[in-house]
Amino acid sequence: MIGAHDLGGKQGFGRVLPMRKPDASAPDRHEPLFHAEWERRAFALTLATGMLGQWNIDESRHARESQEPQRYLDNSYYETWLVGLQKLLHAKGLLKPEELESLPFAASVDISTSLSIPRHNKPVIEPPSPAKAAELLAKGGPTRLSDSRRPKYAVGTTVQVLPMTHAGHTRAPEYVHGAMGIIHAINGVHIYPDANAHRRDEDAVVGEILYTVSFARVALFPSHALQASVKECNEDRIFVDLWEPYLTHD
Amino acid sequence: MSNSEDHDHDHDHDHTAPPPELELRVKALESLLVEKGLVNPDTLNEIIDTYEHRVGPRNGAQVVAKAWTNAKFRQALLADATDAVASLGFMGRQGEHLKVVENSASVHNLVVCTLCSCYPWTVLGLPPAWYKSAPYRSRAVSEPRAVLAEFGTQLADTTRVQVWDSTAELRYLVLPQRPAGTEGWSEAQLAALVTRNAMIGVEVVNPPETNEASR
Repeated sequence: MIGAHDLGGKQGFGRVLPMRKPDASAPDRHEPLFHAEWERRAFALTLATGMLGQWNIDESRHARESQEPQRYLDNSYYETWLVGLQKLLHAKGLLKPEELESLPFAASVDISTSLSIPRHNKPVIEPPSPAKAAELLAKGGPTRLSDSRRPKYAVGTTVQVLPMTHAGHTRAPEYVHGAMGIIHAINGVHIYPDANAHRRDEDAVVGEILYTVSFARVALFPSHALQASVKECNEDRIFVDLWEPYLTHD
Repeated sequence: MSNSEDHDHDHDHDHTAPPPELELRVKALESLLVEKGLVNPDTLNEIIDTYEHRVGPRNGAQVVAKAWTNAKFRQALLADATDAVASLGFMGRQGEHLKVVENSASVHNLVVCTLCSCYPWTVLGLPPAWYKSAPYRSRAVSEPRAVLAEFGTQLADTTRVQVWDSTAELRYLVLPQRPAGTEGWSEAQLAALVTRNAMIGVEVVNPPETNEASR
C-alpha cells in the first residue's frame, strides 16, 4: 500500500531539525532516546510482546503503516508504535475488544482500520524472563533463507520497478515505482514481506531474491532542491533494496 | 568545519509536556498485559536497560576505529560486515544482515529509511528522533546535499553522494574517512572521535581539536 508512511521524495515537511551539538565528552549522550516515560514503556512493551511469537516483523510494520494517513502523520513515532501494538494484540486475539476499550482514552486509538493480518492459533508461550529476553535480542531474527535458487538478474542488468500498488504490505517505496535502475548487488533469498505480512498459519514462508538496485538521483528527482544555493551533483546515486517480484526487465 | 550552524538547543521534539492521556493509557496497557501473564515487568526493564545503557554508537565507533587501523579487518568488514562485526561481539536484533559502505575523497554515503526507521541497532543503538522524522525520511533521497547542509556538512561539488534506503532487512553503517592529524593514534583514541552522525553519514569525522585550532 502507498500509505502516509511512504515518505521518500514527498515535499513540504521542511527542514531537518538537527540535534544539540554533540558533547565531545559524552558522545552518546547528546540526545535522549526517549522523551517521556510512556515512550520507554511503549518501546519495551512492543519488543516484549513481540517475543510471544504471535506476529512477525512484517505484520508489525503493516500494523503501524496501515493507519489512516492523517492519523499516521499526526502521531509521534512511539504513538504509532503504540497503535500498532494495540492493533496486533487485538488482531491476534491476545486482548479482547472490550479489554482495549476498558483502557483510558479508548476513543483516541483507532484499532479498527482495515488490517488484513490473519489471526493465528498458535499457543501463547510464557513471556520470556529478562535473561531469555536478553538472549533473544542478542540472537535477532535473520530473514535470509538457505535457498540456492538462481537470481533472474545479474549485477549490472538494467531493471524497471513495477508499480507495487496492491493494498497490502510492500517494501517498494513509491518514489521508485516505474523507475529504471541497475542491479548493484544480489543479497540472497530473504523472507518476502509482501507475503509474510499476510501469511496464515498453514502457509509456507515465502522467500525471494533480494537485490540492491542503484538509481540515478537526477532521474528520480530532476529538479527538487529546496535551496537553490545547494548544488546537487548529477552523479548522485540512490540505492534501494528490492525483491525480485518488484522488478521487471524487457 | 561541521556543526557550525547547529542550534545550541535541542530541537528534535516539541517542548510540551507529554500528553497525560498517553502516560495513563500506556500504564493501563502495561498493567493489563502483566495481569494477563503476557508480559514480565522485569523483562521490560531489561529491554530498556539494554538499549539505554549497553547497545549504542560506541559499538559502531569501535568498528570504525578498528577498520582505520587494521587493513585486514577493514577488508573483512567491507566483504561481510555481519561476520566482521560479530567478531567484536556485536550481533543481534536489527543487525542480522549488516553492510558497511565506505566514504572516500570522491564518494560520501548517507543512510535513511524512507518507509519507517530501519537502523543498525547492534552498532548504533536506537535511532535519534530526527532520523525517524518526516523531513529527513522525505528529503534524504530527493535532496541529500540540502539535508547535509542542515547538519553543517558541506561536500565538494565533485563528491558523489550515495544514499542507502534501508527498505529491506539489510542494515547500513557508514565507514567515514579517517581525519588528518590522527597518525599513530590508538584505536581507543580514534573511536572517541567517531560520532553517531558520521556513521549515519550526515556528518564527517572532524580532525582532532588541536588541529582545529591551528587551521
